Amino acid sequence: MSFVGRSLRRIEDRPLLMGQGAFAADCNWSGQLHMRVVRSPVAFGRILSIETEEAAALEGVVAIWTIADFDDLPPIDFRQMGLERLAPYRQFVLARDYVRYVGEPVAIVVAVDPYVAEDAADLVFCDIEELAPQLDATAEPVAFMPDVHPGLMSEPAVIRRGYGDLDAAFARAHKVVALEVKIGRHTGVPMETRGGLCVYDTDKDTLTLYGAAKVPHYNRDAISRMLRLAPGRLELSEGHVGGGFGIRGELYPEDVLVCAAALRLKRPVKWIEDRREHLLAANHSRDQVYRLKAAVDSSGFILGLQADFFTDQGAYVRTHGTTVTDLSAGLLPGPYVIPAYGVAGHIRLTNKTPAGTYRAPGRYESTFARERLIDQVAAELGLSPVEVRRVNLIGETAMPFDRGFETLGTKVVYDSGKYADLLERVLAHLDHDRLQAQLAERRSRGELVGLGLGYFVEKSGLGPQDLVRMRLDARGEIEIVTGVASVGQGVETALAQICAETLQVPIERIRVIHGQTDRIEIGFGAFASRVTVMAGSAVKIAAEALRASALEVAAKLLQTTPEALHLANGMIETVNGSASLALADVAAHLEETGGLTGEGRFASSHMTYPYGIHAAQVRVDPATCAVTIERYVVAYDVGRAVNPMLIEGQIVGGVAQGVGGAFLEEFVYDENGQPLAASFADYLMPTCHEVPEVEVILREDAPSPLNPLGVKGAGEGGINAAGAALAGAIDAAIQKPGAVTQLPITPGRLHAILRARLR
Amino acid sequence: MPDKRDVTLAVNGKTYAVSVEPRRSLADVLRDDCGLTGTHLGCEHGVCGACTVLVNEKPVRACLMFGVQAEGKTVRTVEGLADGDTLHPLQQAFWENHGLQCGFCTPGFLMLAAGALQENPDMTDDDIKDVLSSNLCRCTGYQNIVKAVRLAAREMRARARI
Repeated sequence: MSFVGRSLRRIEDRPLLMGQGAFAADCNWSGQLHMRVVRSPVAFGRILSIETEEAAALEGVVAIWTIADFDDLPPIDFRQMGLERLAPYRQFVLARDYVRYVGEPVAIVVAVDPYVAEDAADLVFCDIEELAPQLDATAEPVAFMPDVHPGLMSEPAVIRRGYGDLDAAFARAHKVVALEVKIGRHTGVPMETRGGLCVYDTDKDTLTLYGAAKVPHYNRDAISRMLRLAPGRLELSEGHVGGGFGIRGELYPEDVLVCAAALRLKRPVKWIEDRREHLLAANHSRDQVYRLKAAVDSSGFILGLQADFFTDQGAYVRTHGTTVTDLSAGLLPGPYVIPAYGVAGHIRLTNKTPAGTYRAPGRYESTFARERLIDQVAAELGLSPVEVRRVNLIGETAMPFDRGFETLGTKVVYDSGKYADLLERVLAHLDHDRLQAQLAERRSRGELVGLGLGYFVEKSGLGPQDLVRMRLDARGEIEIVTGVASVGQGVETALAQICAETLQVPIERIRVIHGQTDRIEIGFGAFASRVTVMAGSAVKIAAEALRASALEVAAKLLQTTPEALHLANGMIETVNGSASLALADVAAHLEETGGLTGEGRFASSHMTYPYGIHAAQVRVDPATCAVTIERYVVAYDVGRAVNPMLIEGQIVGGVAQGVGGAFLEEFVYDENGQPLAASFADYLMPTCHEVPEVEVILREDAPSPLNPLGVKGAGEGGINAAGAALAGAIDAAIQKPGAVTQLPITPGRLHAILRARLR
Repeated sequence: MPDKRDVTLAVNGKTYAVSVEPRRSLADVLRDDCGLTGTHLGCEHGVCGACTVLVNEKPVRACLMFGVQAEGKTVRTVEGLADGDTLHPLQQAFWENHGLQCGFCTPGFLMLAAGALQENPDMTDDDIKDVLSSNLCRCTGYQNIVKAVRLAAREMRARARI
């Protein structure tokens, strides 16, 4: 029976449906204390004093600490893409000398009750000499921390990439098309806020942090280094995680502080963030400005692309280092040939919440910029946007396509893809010519309706490796232990299906252990759409090893050869059906010699590159400037679909977030750097009314040659081109090419565009 | 520390005698004092609906009500939805139709839908969408939640006719 490729319901759902989840806030320990973080009320300033006496006098307060009490703690280091020159811009766990954004941790209060801790935190007074904040990443760089780091400016790095002869491209251009676009500041905002419970074991002198997510092994090692804990003194344990999207599970000041407090007090300490804190303190993302210049020939073919862009990194450089800017620069060319390319990505610090990755980091942004450019080229040359995409797509025969530079430290080599084929499939699905005629007819009757397209290349399956251990016990139950993590995307079911495919055991008999640092020595976590590619491949390898051992033992017991045996429904049978043996019996037979086990390690130094298209049809109401999405199509090639239902879930969920970023979500600041979107009343996320029905065209035309399953990650394609497609659709609806240059497209911005159109 | 008050809560057919500060939200009392952690807190100011429970069989944001206000009322939480090991039709439909991913918002959606369907078992598709638009989910894009509630409503109507 086949297990891979089937839309099986998930094995992880039952406890979640019954209210028996184990999210961070659900973890409790007898005698626990509660931590509350005192946060900076101003965007930029020099700390004069932090007055804690009144707070300390409150009954139930156990401790109040500032950076003076954690003077020996180093700043939080980069998990990836760190550069030496970025080091001075790292964030300490509590503000030192300066505060650089509203929400920056300044002190912590530990108390016997969370309400008391919050009362006390309100009584801590931060005496801060306010300075003028930097709020525009495109403005001239300013001093990062005057006095403390003399001469250190707010542009830590510029990421440059390029190839080909740009000068020659521009010299022979039929036309030069220029464009400036901006993507707003928004982020993942999982429904579960961050949190953790750190428990000190007095007998063993060890710490366990519950509530871990995303990268438990990395965070264990990083916290251990910071607190100078010997290996084995700290373990991280992941329960249920209420959404990740790139931001949850990165190492933040609070994770280190809750461990430091538990260690110092030798008592369990719990910290649960509230929503306001989350919006002020967890990683922001996006917020880039692109300035593009394309040299094109008369057919719309891009001869050369010159790009400058600015990433508003916020107050500090966090764990991701240069990741977002690096990926933006690396994937801006997308699915197009573009024979000459030069890019400079400026990382600029401002006095806003620090930024990191959010689902499709650097791609939601760069796809918006690139696809806006393609639409602009079409408009300026009087060609159809479809035709301009067609002439620029990388051909099937050019695969694997080597871009000639690196991103995330690996060569950008598109492993496989049938780009033109997918475009034709989408056009056929839409019945494109007829649809455009219908839309034109509706426009002639005064309706503002239009269609927009966004083509994109994703990347997934970042290595370096993952390890899986598998054991089948005497009851026939399988336990898979892996170092990857689950953020709610269906990891357990996907890995169980891959295992079941090889071992022919129902997935209900498979248990997947993830995110437990005491169960397996390595693990690289859940990000970059890597779990199915990396851990999935390791599961396949482990299952094949286990299968080989089982067949070898069974062959001896049944007096035949392994080749004469096959697996079905938990049984090992001879091919002619004359004899059979339960896998469980083989496991029982091996119990005294280590049991029936398999181990798989999968390493890869290259990423896989899924690709797809978003098509959006919208209607604009000229009176209210409301935009209705009439139709939304996503075509996505993931190489091979382990569970189509889960992949469609990923895509539809991604579209919803993409719609949020395109229309609703924006961290707005006033001129003093005060955040104006610090609650769900102001930071608007889509409800089921704003999210369209999504038609998913899931393709498996270009399996990846880089892993034994042929899979490419499916987590980020749903969000990638949402902003691009919706912007194109609005341009078409109002018949004003190039009108939308900024996300989110709020009613106010659309109103300004429409008013300008009438003049 | 502020004074506590003794209250008796009737949750999922059981009686809980607890002593709580008057300022504690019903959600915190359910989670911390009754040990019912299935009710989740997503925003604590009444927007996201993750903490939705039924109070006197009507959907209520448990973060916007004090625990002491629940005295003398019946409360139903997600823990009281299934019949032993048998899932409620809504839970079953969410499972079959992939109506959850991370599962954090799920208890709130289940209780919201349970309360709404109790009040009006014959909701149209548009009614269902209107009701569900009062809660937030960040993973699913809602498509499968809406579908699950529609199918569960149909199933519940069919059972009611038997």
